[in-house]
Amino acid sequence: MIGFRTLLHKELLRFWKVSFQTVAAPVLTALLYLLVFSHALEDHVRVYTDVSYTAFLVPGLVMMSVLQNAFANSSSSLIQGKVGGGIVFVLLPPISYREFYLAYVLAAVVRGIVVGLGVLAVTLWFADLRLAAPLWIVVFSLLGGAVLGSLGVIAGIWADKFDQIAAFQNFIIMPLTFLSGVFYSIHSLPPFWQEVSRFNPVFYLIDGFRHGFFGVSDVSPWMSLSVACACLLVLAVATLALLRSGYKLRA
Amino acid sequence: MPPAIRVSQVVKRYGALTALDGVDLEIAQGEFFGLLGPNGAGKTTLISALAGLVRADAGTLSVMGHDVVSDYRAARRLLGVVPQELVFDPFFTVRETLRFQSGYFGIRGNEAWIEEILEALDLKGKADVNMRRLSGGMKRRVLVGQALVHRPPVIVLDEPTAGVDVELRQSLWAFIRRLNRDGHTIVLTTHYLEEAESLCSRIAMLKQGRVIALDSTANLLARFSGPTLAVRLPEGAVLPEELAAHGHPAEGGLVRFALSGWGEVETILAALRRSGVTPLDMELAKPDLEQVFMGMMQGAR
Ligand SMILES: Nc1ncnc2c1ncn2[C@@H]1O[C@H](COP(=O)(O)OP(=O)(O)OP(=O)(O)O)[C@@H](O)[C@H]1O
Ligand SMILES: [Mg+2]
Repeated sequence: MIGFRTLLHKELLRFWKVSFQTVAAPVLTALLYLLVFSHALEDHVRVYTDVSYTAFLVPGLVMMSVLQNAFANSSSSLIQGKVGGGIVFVLLPPISYREFYLAYVLAAVVRGIVVGLGVLAVTLWFADLRLAAPLWIVVFSLLGGAVLGSLGVIAGIWADKFDQIAAFQNFIIMPLTFLSGVFYSIHSLPPFWQEVSRFNPVFYLIDGFRHGFFGVSDVSPWMSLSVACACLLVLAVATLALLRSGYKLRA
Repeated sequence: MPPAIRVSQVVKRYGALTALDGVDLEIAQGEFFGLLGPNGAGKTTLISALAGLVRADAGTLSVMGHDVVSDYRAARRLLGVVPQELVFDPFFTVRETLRFQSGYFGIRGNEAWIEEILEALDLKGKADVNMRRLSGGMKRRVLVGQALVHRPPVIVLDEPTAGVDVELRQSLWAFIRRLNRDGHTIVLTTHYLEEAESLCSRIAMLKQGRVIALDSTANLLARFSGPTLAVRLPEGAVLPEELAAHGHPAEGGLVRFALSGWGEVETILAALRRSGVTPLDMELAKPDLEQVFMGMMQGAR
C-alpha cells in the first residue's frame, strides 16, 4: 500500500513540478481553440436550441483536454523512464502490477482533471454554462481520464522511442478526439459519418460529459456510460495482462 | 537455511544471441561473491534476470528461497541491486530520491537509515542537491544508496566502482564490508580484478553465457596461477640446459619461470650461478587473479 502511494505521489509530483508545460500550456491551447472557433462559428452554428455555440463548445474542449492530458501523462512518464533508464527504480521494488497500473492511471486522471478544471476556469468567462446534472460531469471526467490514462500506459509500454508516442498521439488519439463531436454535434453530420462516429468511444465520453452541463445530448447518457465502462474494462484487462506478462518492460 | 541466491539452468536469448547458456549458481547466505567475465559475458543479464528486469527463457532463479517470478514480491524485497547503467530521476534531489525509493519498498519514516547511508557514501553535502547536478561518481553512489534503502539481506552490485575515485572506492568497500560482516550477502561484478581478489571469498567466471570457473578465490589462485620468477639475462647469455625447458621468454627480454613453491627460486638461481650467468634484473610475482582470468578466458586449461 505504501509502495502504491509512493508511486502515485511520485507520478503526481512529476507533472506538478513542471506544471507550466503540463498544465498551463494545454489550458492555453484550449483557450485558443475556443477563441478561434467561437469567433468563426458563434453566429452560424446552433446545436441545441437554447445553447449558444460557445457554451456548447466549452464542455467539449474541457473533456478533450482531460482526455489528451491523461494520455500524455502516463505515456510520457513511461517512455521517459524507459529511454532514460530511470524506470528500473519502479521495476526493482515489490510493487505489484495492479498497483503499478493503478498509480499510473490515477495520476493520469488527476492530471487530466487538473487541466480540465483549468480550461473550465478560463473559458467560463466566455460562456454561460449550466450545470444540469453535475454527477455526470464527475463520472465522465473520471472515466474519460481512466480510459485515456490506460491507453497511455499501453502506448508507453509498447513504444521504444518518443516518436512512437507522438505517432500514437497524432494518428490515434487526435483523430479520435477531433472526430468525436468536440466542435459539433454528430447530428449535423451526413448519416454515414453519424454512423461512423458511433463507433468512436471518445464520442460517448464527450457526449455524456456534455449531458452533465445541458441535460441534453446526442445519445442517452446511460448509453454513453455503458460504452465508457466497457472500454475501461477492456483496456484495464489488456493493460494488466501486458504488465503481468512483462511485455517490453521486463523483456 | 535457503541459499541467498540459487540460479538453475538459466537460459536467456536475445534473438540469435544466447546471453545466458544454462547457468547454474548457488550463493550461500553471508558470502562475498564475485561475478567476473569480459564485456558481454552475461553478468548484467544474469543480474537482471535475478532482479526481475528480464525474464529468463528457461530455468529458475530464487532469492533466499523465493522464486523471482512466482514469488516476486518477496524476492524483490530481499534483494538490493545497483544497476550498471548510470541512471537517475532528474526531478528529485538526492534525499528525495532515497525517500521515494524507501517508499517503493513500503518503508515510511526511513530517515535515520537514510542519514546513515548519506554519511557512509559521503553524500551528506549533496543531500539536497538535484540529481542532475551531481558528478558521475556521485550519481553512482546514489545508486548504491538506492539499493540499500530497504536493508536487503542480499545486495548485488553491478560494477559499483566504475568512475568512482580512489578514496571513495576505499570507503565504499569499507561500508560494503561492514554490511557483509553484519550478515548481508554481497554479489559483485567488477573489471578491477585486484578488487575482486581482495574482497571476494568465492568467484564465478562467466564467458559467453556459461560459468567456466566457480571456486573459492584461494583455490582459483592456487589451481590456475602460481608464483613466478622472472630474470633478465645479459646479452648473449644462454640458459643452462637444465633450465631451458622450464623458462618461458616473456615481455621485456625477461625469462619467466613458473614456480611450484618459493623454494624453487633458490634452485634456479644456483643453476644460473653454476653456468656463470649473472642476471641483470629479477622480479618475483605472486599469483594473481588477472593471471587466472587471462588463462581462463583464453581457454587455457
Ligand atoms: N536488451 C538486449 N537486447 C539484445 N542483446 C542484449 C541485450 N542486453 C544484452 N544483450 C547482449 O547479451 C550479451 C550479454 O550482455 P551483458 O550486458 O549481460 O554483458 P556483461 O557481462 O554485463 O558485460 P559488461 O562487462 O560489458 O557489462 C551481450 O552480447 C549483449 O550484447
Ligand atoms: Mg554488465
